[in-house]
Amino acid sequence: MNNLIWIILGMAAVTYIPRLLPFLVLSDKKISKRVDAFLKCIPVAAIGALIIPGVFSATPDMPMAAATGMAFTMIFGLWRGGIIIPVLGSVAVTYVVLLFAG
Amino acid sequence: MTKEVQDAFKSGIPIFIGYLPAAIAFGILSKGCGISLLECFLFSAVVFAGASQFIALNLLMTGMGPGGIILTTLLVNFRHFLMSAYLSTRMGRIAKKYVFMIAFGITDEVFSVLSFKKGQLSKSVVFILEIFAYSAWVTGTMAGYIMGGFLPEILTKSMGVALYALLLAMLLPEIKTSVKALVLTIASGVLNTILIKLDIFPNGWTIIVCILIIALAGSFFTMDKVREEVYE
Repeated sequence: MNNLIWIILGMAAVTYIPRLLPFLVLSDKKISKRVDAFLKCIPVAAIGALIIPGVFSATPDMPMAAATGMAFTMIFGLWRGGIIIPVLGSVAVTYVVLLFAG
Repeated sequence: MTKEVQDAFKSGIPIFIGYLPAAIAFGILSKGCGISLLECFLFSAVVFAGASQFIALNLLMTGMGPGGIILTTLLVNFRHFLMSAYLSTRMGRIAKKYVFMIAFGITDEVFSVLSFKKGQLSKSVVFILEIFAYSAWVTGTMAGYIMGGFLPEILTKSMGVALYALLLAMLLPEIKTSVKALVLTIASGVLNTILIKLDIFPNGWTIIVCILIIALAGSFFTMDKVREEVYE
């Protein structure tokens, strides 16, 4: 086997182990209130950092296009909620902006 | 089909649409780097972690050795440790054989969608989302390698926005009803921007630092609330 396949397998291992360990260690365990409160805050903390600042370079030549798409998601999501329309709508809006203003 | 399974399909589609252009780009780039079809397939099929795969290609081109590439991958993907830690407390008791499969598919987007579902997470919902994500990633990679840039550039760029829109759409109901969630989200984004600008942490660690600091800060607010409830 060549070198690259070993690298890929190594990468797979170090990616999989951190994904797996908490399931083996934590599930079924009683966790303290303090740890639980910490864990409950992980989603919003993670998603804030996943969106910002990455979203501003989603359409690198024209950040306004992605921003307009996200504005659609924000407005429609707050108004009607849901997933499919806010997401597909943002793609469509971004596409239109890139097409006509890009 | 139960409501929760339907919802899982509805959130699976945006993940699919968002992953596809990134996966195609990975396929195209791999071919450009002179990697074989099999190696390119293995990257996406066994590593299954977007950002780290692109970084690995870069490092390969700079001539970095296996140790450096694998260590970088560990650092970049270690954030999933925190995400799995959260999810493991939401799933109740699951058979070990499923745990090994579920854990493999924990990505940023799968985690994000799952974390805002109410109540205990069922393994079927988790699997549906993971299958959408994985199939988009692997088929996109192969399509990119074999067919090259077959989608117009404007379309792939627009599709890339889907992932951010998905995260925002998941978040909105939460921040609509909770000022705390809104404050923590924005604080995390601002902190992440600052840390990236400062450039003091290795690739992938700004997000881990953000999660640790913001979730810790958030947990103090929650504790106060818990205490109030106890005294009432």
